[in-house]
Amino acid sequence: MSDPLLRLVGLHTHFQTKGSGLFGKKKVIKAVNGVSFDIAPGEVLSLVGESGCGKSTVGRTLTHLEKATSGQAFFEGNDFLALTPSEFRPLRRDIQMIFQDPFASLNPRLKIEQTLAEPLFIHGLCKTWDEARVQIAATLELVGLDPKVMARHPHEFSGGQRQRIGIARVMILKPKLVIADEAVSALDVSIQAQVLNLIKKLQRDSGVSMLFISHDLGVVRHISDRVAVMFEGQIVEIGDKTQIFEAPQHEYTRKLLGSIPRISLGREVA
Amino acid sequence: MALLEVENLHIAVGSGGKLLPVVQGVSFCVDENETLGIVGESGCGKSLTSLAIMGLLGDSTVRITGGSIRFDGMDLLTLSAPERRAIMGNRMAMIFQEPMTSLNPVYRIGDQIAESIRQHQQISRSAARDRAVELLTLVRIPNPSERVDSFPHQMSGGQRQRVMIAMALSCDPKLLIADEPTTALDVTVQKEVLELMADLQDRMGTAIVLISHDLGVIAETCDKVAVMYRGKIAEAAATADLFAELAHPYTRGLLNSIPVVDRDVEWLEAIPGRVPTLEETLTGCAFHPRCALATDFCASRAPETSQFKPNHSVQCHFAGGSTT
Repeated sequence: MSDPLLRLVGLHTHFQTKGSGLFGKKKVIKAVNGVSFDIAPGEVLSLVGESGCGKSTVGRTLTHLEKATSGQAFFEGNDFLALTPSEFRPLRRDIQMIFQDPFASLNPRLKIEQTLAEPLFIHGLCKTWDEARVQIAATLELVGLDPKVMARHPHEFSGGQRQRIGIARVMILKPKLVIADEAVSALDVSIQAQVLNLIKKLQRDSGVSMLFISHDLGVVRHISDRVAVMFEGQIVEIGDKTQIFEAPQHEYTRKLLGSIPRISLGREVA
Repeated sequence: MALLEVENLHIAVGSGGKLLPVVQGVSFCVDENETLGIVGESGCGKSLTSLAIMGLLGDSTVRITGGSIRFDGMDLLTLSAPERRAIMGNRMAMIFQEPMTSLNPVYRIGDQIAESIRQHQQISRSAARDRAVELLTLVRIPNPSERVDSFPHQMSGGQRQRVMIAMALSCDPKLLIADEPTTALDVTVQKEVLELMADLQDRMGTAIVLISHDLGVIAETCDKVAVMYRGKIAEAAATADLFAELAHPYTRGLLNSIPVVDRDVEWLEAIPGRVPTLEETLTGCAFHPRCALATDFCASRAPETSQFKPNHSVQCHFAGGSTT
């Protein structure tokens, strides 16, 4: 295997809480408690687990939205966890994030073209609006939207369309690593299927690596190459998708898989 | 006669001078000890239907514009408000989606359960409290005699939903309406809560209407299913019959959209397009703009409910996928 694009070694992200009462003891919550994994170029790794397992904190730590307590994260061989905000800024183009809530993650006051042009200007990829509009139009088509929508505001779009815009904002920078945190969880199933197919297609076509964070095992099976199962801040099992779903080793993975309601099709022979 | 009979229910939302129909002629019935699942995507009218049964539409902008709801021989829509209140929370009860917001954060859970009991029964505070402990035991809250004094924030999401169930069951209702009761919960907790509901139904014979967007939850817990699309029941049947042979293209599309955990699927067969908004007027079948089988006929004429198989009804000109 080639060198990993992302290598995470012993990541810890701890939060300090106020104790109960005036003199209560402060408590440390070990949200991420020693997590290590690699993501190869072009690979999709999923982090799956239940609420509070720390999967989102891993993604947020990697994008410097939370501060790591200890550990290292190498992107193309360089540790970027300890970088200052200004040192990290150039890397933000390469490491992009898709968020869960398509209603909260778009600025309601900006037209779609303004939302999509912002990253282009910030990272110096375009100098003029004419250049930007060409790229915006191409990216909107890529995510299955009519380029004409760039003159509109977010409130004119449905949840599925907004998520497409969120994906366009990420893909327009041609990142190397996309972190998708519950990117399809807020969507209705029929729309979720469209957006999942879109993410899978864009990933295949562009060869971008992906850290796909989700609580939904069906979605995870559909999108991933490899899967890491998280429980209480740690990875309890990591492996190829087929191995995790067909031959889970850890008891917790088996419990998760066993909890999913199944639909049996056809008439059962009594 | 069934315990709950909803017939040709119409609900409209008033915006400005005009009324937009959100539920258009929904009919179903539920018997004692039976679970009906209503499944559909956002805006299909499943929650409004359940709120109409509970008499919680309240708001003057949402109105029942036709049809009847009969519960235990009574026509609910003709009852006076006090008569209705005597039934609500007593003989029919409801569990909501968000256990975080449907409990009062400043009262102890025991007091909240006792309140609903004392609303309907003439019993002392201490007797109501004892009953609350009993109910917490029933929904398998550990250390119920201590937890009865807990505040909602001291409990996990799953425990809070159990408290909601305890509250709903406090007066031994004959009908329980559960609107997305496990949607906010983790899968392992969801499993426990669904098993608890099934177990309690076995013991008490409660009729349950389970509203969910999750076809898997419906398949595992319900005796019969109604699939709703844009205010109408697209397809309805006993659960086994429905999944034995899906008659409506929307139900098939919904099922094919779900990424499953038990096998690999390269591309999901997503339903193209989106659900038309209420403002968009549609002629013919509401599903025709997204339907692979649709013809000009579908665009001009809305299908009536027809019998696809015994006890399996469908609203589609081409039920079962055939074009004959």
